[in-house]
Amino acid sequence: MKTKVVNHKTPSVDGKGIMMGRPAFTDDLAEPNSLIVKVLRSPHAFARIKKIDISKAKVLTGVEVVLTYHDVPRTSFTRAGQGYPEPSPHDKFILDEYVRYVGDEVACVAAINESIADQALKLIEVEYEVLEPVLDFETAYENKNVIHPEDGIREMFPIGFEPKKNVAAAYDMHIGDVEEALAKCDIVVDETYYTQAQAHAMLEPHTANARLDYHNRLVIYTSTQTPYHVRRIISQTLDMPISKIRVIKPRVGGGFGGKQALHSEFFVSLVTLKTKKPSKMIYSRQEVFESSYTRHPMRMRMRIGAMKDGTIKAIDSDSLSDTGAYGEHALTVFMITGSKVLPLYNKVDAVHFGGRVVYTNHVSAGAFRGYGAIQGNFALESAIDVLAKKLSIDPLELRRKNMMDEGETSPIFAIMGEGTEGTAMDMDTCKLRYCLDRGAELIGWKDKYPFVKAGPHKVRAVGMAIAMQGSGIPYIDMAAATIKLNDDGFYNLTVGATDIGQGSDTVITQIVAEALMTTVDKVIIYSSDTDLTPFDVGAYASSTTYVSGNAALKAALKMKGMLIKEAANYLKVKEEEIVFDGEKFFAKDKVLTLSDMANRLYYNDNQHQLSATESYVGHKSPPPFMAGYVEIELDTETGEYDILHYVSVVDCGVTINPMLARGQVEGGIVQGLGMACFEDVKYSNRGKLNSNSFLYYKIPTMLDVKKLTTEFAESYEESGPYGAKSVGEIGIDTPPAAIANAVANATGVRINNLPVTPEKIFQGLNKRK
Amino acid sequence: MKVNFNLNGRNVSYDIPPGEYLADTLRNHSFLSVKKACDEAVCGACTVLLDGRPILSCSFLSARVEGRNVTTVEAVQDDVDEISNFFSDEGADQCGFCNTGLALTILALRKELKNPTDEDIKHFVVGNLCRCSGYQAQFKAIKNYLEAHK
Repeated sequence: MKTKVVNHKTPSVDGKGIMMGRPAFTDDLAEPNSLIVKVLRSPHAFARIKKIDISKAKVLTGVEVVLTYHDVPRTSFTRAGQGYPEPSPHDKFILDEYVRYVGDEVACVAAINESIADQALKLIEVEYEVLEPVLDFETAYENKNVIHPEDGIREMFPIGFEPKKNVAAAYDMHIGDVEEALAKCDIVVDETYYTQAQAHAMLEPHTANARLDYHNRLVIYTSTQTPYHVRRIISQTLDMPISKIRVIKPRVGGGFGGKQALHSEFFVSLVTLKTKKPSKMIYSRQEVFESSYTRHPMRMRMRIGAMKDGTIKAIDSDSLSDTGAYGEHALTVFMITGSKVLPLYNKVDAVHFGGRVVYTNHVSAGAFRGYGAIQGNFALESAIDVLAKKLSIDPLELRRKNMMDEGETSPIFAIMGEGTEGTAMDMDTCKLRYCLDRGAELIGWKDKYPFVKAGPHKVRAVGMAIAMQGSGIPYIDMAAATIKLNDDGFYNLTVGATDIGQGSDTVITQIVAEALMTTVDKVIIYSSDTDLTPFDVGAYASSTTYVSGNAALKAALKMKGMLIKEAANYLKVKEEEIVFDGEKFFAKDKVLTLSDMANRLYYNDNQHQLSATESYVGHKSPPPFMAGYVEIELDTETGEYDILHYVSVVDCGVTINPMLARGQVEGGIVQGLGMACFEDVKYSNRGKLNSNSFLYYKIPTMLDVKKLTTEFAESYEESGPYGAKSVGEIGIDTPPAAIANAVANATGVRINNLPVTPEKIFQGLNKRK
Repeated sequence: MKVNFNLNGRNVSYDIPPGEYLADTLRNHSFLSVKKACDEAVCGACTVLLDGRPILSCSFLSARVEGRNVTTVEAVQDDVDEISNFFSDEGADQCGFCNTGLALTILALRKELKNPTDEDIKHFVVGNLCRCSGYQAQFKAIKNYLEAHK
């Protein structure tokens, strides 16, 4: 299909205004005289508040409100920011008698300025009964110290929630008899892998502000990925009518899953409702690290059985996940560890996937780009390389023999969804084979595998991994778009889809411009405002291009039909006779411009508004696929290594915006390299987060990136808008396994616990000596 | 206390609490291009120019700018407009929260380094963290911008 806007170089619709400093982000739009909201946080990993005295804080001049668990509704909920009913346990209260990690909320103050708010926090006297925390997730199950002993918490539907055993969720599934299948195999790899917590570290901290408008409604501006879920959850937890709440999502300064959840929204809402004054809360960077979210750390035992010829027969994945103090995304992240990883090798006779998600007294884990797939990918793709070595087969050959191909399927898709059953689907597009071959070519695999000498104690080595993700959650994720024709013939496009910096406003605009045969500047997008824009679950699960994009495409095609109908009416011809080129309607010898028609529609004759709304729910979740290759240079005396080159070859269907798609992949690769190589959330032995600033938690800088090569496979997904699949997460999945595999190829030392640091390699090298 | 300085070409006199940092003073006076992201001079989002050189305003006391010249993105709109074209051209825009600070660092880089090598460029902007882009597109955009001004 020939397109004019889609798949063509198109600058982002908002990049210039943002770089030029126009007010765009949540705090840029706060009322100037907002009360400053701050939260007193727990110094203990686990404690019960015996006594809390706010009398001194309350009388401090300039303090407007002090709230403790005595003053807020006691409704259990989940901050997860998912569709309703949520697959995460309702195990959180706005403020509670118990505090479950260092940084958990104890009390909330609002004052006329920041320094008074800080003083007020210091004047709150709290007497804690300090409890023994659970800090090692491998000892959490059935530990005598129960992290959620309280009443009133619940699961919305069965997710294996057993709080008295410190279990937030559990899952188990079998296809065939995996033990029997493994017993018949010539070779079985049995390895256990550990992935660490990772911090999202989006540049804009979590922030929200609230005000009451002149209709006496609560208006919340928030840096969120899920404005509609925010509105629903605030209504449910504060027990106020949802019609009294308006949530506005301005420009968001990065999310990566961290802003799928609700954080400061509760506190600004409570303060504003109580004082009738505008209020705002901005997380300090320390709070972002200590009191928002991390990635779920996991332990994964991976057993893979194969025959001598390299046919993989069985995969058994038994895992344990650490959800921290609260169970946000506990089950769903866990399930993705299987469901978006194991189908890569779809020709097996038997699969088992199962395990538990346990509570600990650490920062809560939540949604994070990759969402379980990056953890599972590290385990599976490391183990595949181990198997290749045991079989003495080239790892590419082993993958070629066993991996998913176009037109095939995996029974896992039907069994495993996101917290519920899944959806059966065939891989209508899967260019994995091309990705694998092309990536090998670009990295120079033939000449460099496993390593080449680069100096007296330097080697250059390559490693790789393949990956898959999804495109939204079928039958759950819903998106809608409205297109309004304006006089002079330009359009307003309102979507609930949430641009969090990934460029969805640009991509959706392109889709609509293409369908209406116009240019991007004629389509004015606005996202998102629960009063003004139609429903959308939000930006998560790699859903925006595929799900929201499909909704926008449907709306645009509907608008096009309406335009042709009106033109036929004005030109007094049949609709079939009209030819529309985006600017003009032609019928035989008659011509009518869109601009003239729009002006007549609104000012002259047959006057009425043209507006089209459509929505979309996926019937499947076509996975994007990729092959990631890395070349490293490693010092065999110290274990230090440099990443010389990372090659990504991606099948995400047609790229609506090739530059932005590349940006998604490269951003994901570098975030994944951070996790693979050095990012590590670290706690003291009392459970205090040590890595609570950019000084102690390093994220990649420009110096860490030497060369990235990103290509896209030619691919057209019928069910996607203009052939597109989603591409937001897939980039992050391969680096951990690719790096571990490259290090193993360089040295023979296999690192099974992330991050792959020079120390661990050095220790491994020493052990071998 | 009062602090008197030249802000974007105009003399201003602001009433501030003595311990206030420049990023807060500027944001409180609606210079919203100045972003706060780390609170401790690590990430670069709060970069402004002090007498033409980049400083991290989140950890720079406002009292210290007495009598000096402070420049924010609001005052160099044409330059940033041009830089943003190079960013668009490489697809280097993502969330943009770091971009105002980065733009000022790039302007300083252009002024301070003549014929910088790739490594020089990277070292100059290494303090401007970005979590979205993966840096490569940013780097190319910066390089192209500098090239155009040779």
